Order: sequence, then C-alpha cells, then structure tokens
Amino acid sequence: MDFLSKFYFNYSRIIKTIKIYLLLAGPGLIVMIADNDAGGITTYAATGAKFGYNLIWFLVLLGPVAYFVQEMTVRLGAVTKHGHAEAIFSAFGSFWGWFSLLDLSIVNWLTMVTEFVGMTAALSIFGVSPIITVVIVIFVMLGIVMSGRYWTWEKITMAFCLVNLIYIPAAIIIHPSVSDILRAGIIPNFPGGFNGELFFFLMANIGTTIAPWMIFFQQSAVVDKQMKEKDIPWGKFDTFIGAIFTVIVAIFVIVVTGTLLYGMNIESAAQAAQVIMGVHPLVGTLVAIGLFDAGFLGAICIALTNSWAFGEVFGWAHSLNYKVKEAFWFYVYYFIGLITAGAVVLIPNAPLILITLFVQVVAVTLLPAALIFLIILLNSEEIMGKYKNTLFDNIANISIVVCIIIVSTLFGISTLFPNLFG
Amino acid sequence: MVAIESIFGERIGSTIHELTGTITRINKRYATPKIKLSKGAEFALLFLRLYLIFLVILLGYKFWTIVHGGA
Repeated sequence: MDFLSKFYFNYSRIIKTIKIYLLLAGPGLIVMIADNDAGGITTYAATGAKFGYNLIWFLVLLGPVAYFVQEMTVRLGAVTKHGHAEAIFSAFGSFWGWFSLLDLSIVNWLTMVTEFVGMTAALSIFGVSPIITVVIVIFVMLGIVMSGRYWTWEKITMAFCLVNLIYIPAAIIIHPSVSDILRAGIIPNFPGGFNGELFFFLMANIGTTIAPWMIFFQQSAVVDKQMKEKDIPWGKFDTFIGAIFTVIVAIFVIVVTGTLLYGMNIESAAQAAQVIMGVHPLVGTLVAIGLFDAGFLGAICIALTNSWAFGEVFGWAHSLNYKVKEAFWFYVYYFIGLITAGAVVLIPNAPLILITLFVQVVAVTLLPAALIFLIILLNSEEIMGKYKNTLFDNIANISIVVCIIIVSTLFGISTLFPNLFG
Repeated sequence: MVAIESIFGERIGSTIHELTGTITRINKRYATPKIKLSKGAEFALLFLRLYLIFLVILLGYKFWTIVHGGA
C-alpha cells in the first residue's frame, strides 16, 4: 500500500512537472531547432559527406556553446521585459542601436533568402516549381502568425520542430554501423590532419551554431511569452533540451551523409538529397522533407525576429498576441520580409551563391557586437539584479564569446579570401 | 530649399516627414547610454569599434581587388 501511494505521488509529480514544462517550453526549443536551418543542414550534410563520422565529437562540443550563449537571452528577456534590440538602444545609445538594428535586418533578410533557396530546392526534387513553393510557404507563414495568440504560433511552430527530427528515422533506415560511428565519432580526431580544408569546415560548423538572429529571437520570444523571473529556470531547461535536440539532429544528418555519401564533395543539402534519392529513394525523400522544414523554420523565426526588433525600437505594437488590426506594422514588416526574400529566389539567374557567401561575411560584422553587448548587459547589477552573471557564467561565456569572435572572423575572412588558409 | 512634397508628392512626402520625425524621436529617447560602463566594458566597446574598422578596411580591400580583376 505504502509502495502504491509513493508510486502514485511520484507519478503525479512527474506528470505535473511535464505539464508545467510543456506550458513554459517554446522559445529555447524553437530557437535551437530552427538553428538547424537550411544553411545548417547544408553544413552538416557537407561535413558528413567529406569527413564521414569523424567530426561528430566536434558537434557534441558545440551543444554547450549554443546553450551558454542562449540562456543569457532568457535571463535578460525575463528580467528586463525588453527585446535585445531595445536593450541595446537603451543601454548603449542610438549609435550602437542603429548599427545593430540595420545590420540585423540586412543579415536576416539575406539569411531568409538562403532559407527560401533551401525550401525551393528541396521541393523541386518532388517536381514542385519554385513559384508554387514560395507562394504557398508565404501564405502558410502568414496564417500561422495571424491567429492573434503567441501560444498558437508557438505550438504550431513546435510541430514543425518535430519534423526536423526526420533525420533520425532516415539514419536508422540505412542501418549504419554503430561501432563505426562510436569509433570514428566519439574520440576527438582531425581526419587527414589539421589542414586548411578541415579548418574551414570546423569554422562553418561553429558559424551555424550561433547566429545573430538567435540572440534577438529568443529574447523577444521570452518577452512575448510574458515569462517572468520565476520562469528563468524553466526557460534555461527549455534551452538545454533544445541544445540537445540541435546536436542530435546535426549528428543524424552527419550519419546519413557519412554513410551514403562518404568521400563526396557536397555543395548543398538539396544536392545531397538528390544524390541519396538515386541510392535510397525513401531516405532521399526524408532528407528533402527535412531540408524544406529546416528552411521553413528558419524563415519564420528570422522574419519574426526582424518584426519584433523594429517594433521594439519604433514603438509599434509588436506582439503575436495582437490581432493584425492592433499591430498592423508588425505584421506588414513580417510579410514584406518574407515576400521580398521569396521573390529573390524567383529571379532568373539571381546571384544566390554570392548571397549565401555574403551572409557569412555580414554576419561577422554583427555577431561579435551582439555577443559583447549581451555579456556587458548580463554583468550590469542595475539591470540584472540577482540574475547577473556569476563568476562561473563569465568564465564560460567570455571564453565562448572570444572563441566565437575569433573563429567567425576567420570564417568571414576565408569566405572573402578563399585561398588564405590553403 | 525644395520641399520633399514637391519632389515625391503629398502622400509620400508626408510619410518621409513622419519617418524622419520618428527617427529623431528615437535618437532623442536613446541619446544617453543608460548603462554604467566598467573599465572592461569600455575596453570591449573600444575593441568593437576597432574590429569594425578593420572589417570595413578588409571589405574595401576585397572590393578593390575585384574591381582590379583580382581574386
């Protein structure tokens, strides 16, 4: 009897905890899974094809990196109730505010173009023309945000996040050798020695782990979700779970391409899906669906990031809890961002590869600034109170930020001057 | 001085006026940085300025090499 009552007590406690988590889950999970956007999936696919399972250990290391940076946005958003754009304007003045806002809108718009490139390329494998993809996607994205409730948007987006896990069944279907994965992937190693090419791939993987939009997105989402200081532990847990998922998805993409395409030079995830389609049609289909979903998640989050940021600074009503009539400019800006980015993909002979490369260069101008502002804000006692960074937070965060700044700068430079690192 | 309305028309002109007015208000509202900067923070911001200047020079150099038929 005593056992039964204890069991029931523990069972109800666990169920209650899961219910609370599901209520507060969202920003962390979405930002982390949307981090595996079209560009991210392309990077992982190319890494797996080029180096097999050998760089899985490196992706595992990137999980904590993403977590430590993003959890700071949870605390900042919950304490200040302001998005990152507004926080920068308020704390550092209009010069740094305008710099961040304009740079963010350029980087985000260019990144949205790459998301549409991924989506149209993925669906073209199934014979869907780019114009149909772009039109339908924009309509669906408009429909998702126009419910007038943040909660509805969040739960629909989380359903799309689940689709991102499609790479797990894709990897299981092809029966990779688990012992090979563990042997090659778990112990840190540099396949073929540490050369320029390997360094470029390492930098690209770090570059996809933390993007400027993620910082702005999660902080604004935390504010829009109306999370309070007492919700911070749940927000951090949500981010932690998200970081685990982002690493799992990345590993499974590598397993798929490392098994089926090992030794090939892959330039895009769509190309990978197309080649896999010839070897294993079902897996190729799953990879293409995953790529479409990745682009979709990326585009919807990035478009919202821009709307939130401009809304905060310009004083427009800027919440998904408002109807279109109540936050007209917020939704107009969201729509314009999507429609212009989608239109670029439809222009014949548009310089899409140049745009993809340019994203990396422009992101390098914003990422260090956003990270430095984040660290300074999190160290301000007057802003953060008892939620300011501890010594451990600072040691971890400053080390990560310094590494990201160095590596992303080298990545940007190597994009500008491809022969610099051999 | 030529009025904006005479170049772009009444409707667009007033929109431009409204936009510039909003930007001026934003600049006034955030004219003074509200955060107290420690020595470390001041150094980080100085580094950021130098870093951005370095990037601008780099981008300028890349542009120059493209114009002159380089890589």
